[in-house]
Amino acid sequence: MDKFDTLTGIAAPMPMINIDTDMIIPKQFLKTIKRSGLGVNLFDEMRYDDNGNEIPDFVLNKPQYRDAEILVAGDNFGCGSSREHAPWAIKDFGIRCVIAPSYADIFYNNCFKNGILPIALPQEQVDVLMKDAEKGANARMTIDLEAQTVTTSDGETFSFELDSFKKHCLMNGLDDIGLTMEKAAAIDSFETAVAQSRPWV
Amino acid sequence: MSPKTLYDKIWDAHVAHEAEDGTCLLYIDRHLVHEVTSPQAFEGLRMTGRTVRAPDKTIAVPDHNVPTTLDRANAETMTEDSRIQVAALDTNAKEFGLHYYPVTDVRQGIVHIVGPEQGWTLPGMTVVCGDSHTATHGAFGALAHGIGTSEVEHVLATQTLIQKKSKNMKVEITGKLAPGVTAKDITLSVIGATGTAGGTGYVIEYCGEAIRELSMEGRMTVCNMAIEGGARAGLIAPDEKTFEYCKGRPHAPKGAQWEAAMDWWKTLFSDDDAHWDKVITLKGEDIAPVVTWGTSPEDVLPITANVPAASDFKGGKVGAAQRSLDYMGLTAGTPLSEVEIDTVFIGSCTNGRIEDLRAAAAILKGRKIKEGLRAMIVPGSGLVRAQAEEEGLADIFKEAGFEWRLAGCSMCLAMNPDQLSPGERCAATSNRNFEGRQGRGGRTHLMSPAMAAAAAITGKLTDVRTMM
Repeated sequence: MDKFDTLTGIAAPMPMINIDTDMIIPKQFLKTIKRSGLGVNLFDEMRYDDNGNEIPDFVLNKPQYRDAEILVAGDNFGCGSSREHAPWAIKDFGIRCVIAPSYADIFYNNCFKNGILPIALPQEQVDVLMKDAEKGANARMTIDLEAQTVTTSDGETFSFELDSFKKHCLMNGLDDIGLTMEKAAAIDSFETAVAQSRPWV
Repeated sequence: MSPKTLYDKIWDAHVAHEAEDGTCLLYIDRHLVHEVTSPQAFEGLRMTGRTVRAPDKTIAVPDHNVPTTLDRANAETMTEDSRIQVAALDTNAKEFGLHYYPVTDVRQGIVHIVGPEQGWTLPGMTVVCGDSHTATHGAFGALAHGIGTSEVEHVLATQTLIQKKSKNMKVEITGKLAPGVTAKDITLSVIGATGTAGGTGYVIEYCGEAIRELSMEGRMTVCNMAIEGGARAGLIAPDEKTFEYCKGRPHAPKGAQWEAAMDWWKTLFSDDDAHWDKVITLKGEDIAPVVTWGTSPEDVLPITANVPAASDFKGGKVGAAQRSLDYMGLTAGTPLSEVEIDTVFIGSCTNGRIEDLRAAAAILKGRKIKEGLRAMIVPGSGLVRAQAEEEGLADIFKEAGFEWRLAGCSMCLAMNPDQLSPGERCAATSNRNFEGRQGRGGRTHLMSPAMAAAAAITGKLTDVRTMM
């Protein structure tokens, strides 16, 4: 997995609540058996018209946001299905960080498995960052994962909370499965115990 | 011992390892797998030379892509990419030695209907699947939730998940439901009350007289939509109805093991003085038959209400409501019961069980659907379909003018050929009314099977109580 330490980039504003996984990547793109190549279909139904032409008003189609690496959005981002195709599409587009007041649980977890940092901040602070993002390509935000801060183009800094284990894995690009495999003895002994106490499992 | 909630008890019984910071390895008893969220996970195993740790606890069934038309044995009913995805599951299930129900098996169906039906889902278990509606299995007093594909790979390889514990939330539905009010109305009303993020960070336990009175099918409907309220999982404490449902199922324990299981299962309830981080109480008597008007499952109103205005809301919801009204093609102030529909979809893991079909048949018996309407009933499994045929329900549906389909997820998420066209309006018993969910530009109103059946007859959103 890609490491995440610091990121300075363009932030795209999406001031909508409840941006769901069907919006992020509609179902017709879930038929892939690969993880890559979904970026072109990120936000497909908002981004393209019925003939597949770009809708100029959509934020990621605007010249100043085409290279966005950060997304600032409303409450409950990523609600809906468990499809990891959502973070795959976000990452494939080039976005490494999402900032919103809150996230749906499964989406939030999925981000960390893919080197994406989802930052949760209070609504008032997201409002400030949204305004900063609306300035366009010349206004670059900086994310510092080690320090757990977001800094606006004006130098205003906000601190965010993050689970220490998730942070550790993200900063070091660690593979969860490898880490868990190191604890195989604990899993073995748990399994042996349960075979006695709950044999029907 | 300090008092515990049901969630606490199941959690404690499954922690295989706990780190100093509270990060746990939670042991997974049942892993359900379908074709859409698993191919990359199996590919990951192959690339790293890993294998499936517990194939005997891993159950696979194709459901999302499969056509539900009677001619689906013909490979041309599937698109090339769907065919590849189903074929990949076929290969992976065989290569890794999983329990597998292929499309040709009468037991095939929606993974969340097949699991309980075959006795894979039992009280006190941990159940996961790469699908958010895994919450369904919570109806058995199992801790069940959706996971992403990376986590699917993690469970395949290690039979565990890296987890931190959620908070405890109690949702109590007191008293009795009025006639015409169902489990679907309960679960939608709860989401209407809490919002789609109201459960974020929590595991919900549903309790109270109205929940106890529900059948296992109804309880599955309630828990199924816990995810739409943002919760990690929804649970209901097991009781005699649960045990009765499980007994004799193909993969339920038998003989002495059944007795041993029962001894433990009977301890699976929240202690009287257990701590709750959040409590919500609704009166069963206050719940009406409801429909959704917007593009979020929290956009719930009684069928007797009018379409709201964006100005009725606050904060970010004002813009969201206006966007929903525009997308749904609705005008504020219109009575919901005057909204005309084009399509009716009865099915899904929310409402594709036998009781749902009985409820629809009770309304449809001796009636015809409105002319010009497209209406389909998609049973949740091949066994539900067989039972509905045996009970004569299928004849009622066909005589009323419904298409009687084979099992699958179908128009709930429209990954198979069952889709809405732009602007088409659907009365659906599924779980999500998101923009484009049932097809680009499609408009979805969520409701109970009885309400969907009533809508099929009048061609409008309809108060089922006027037809009972």
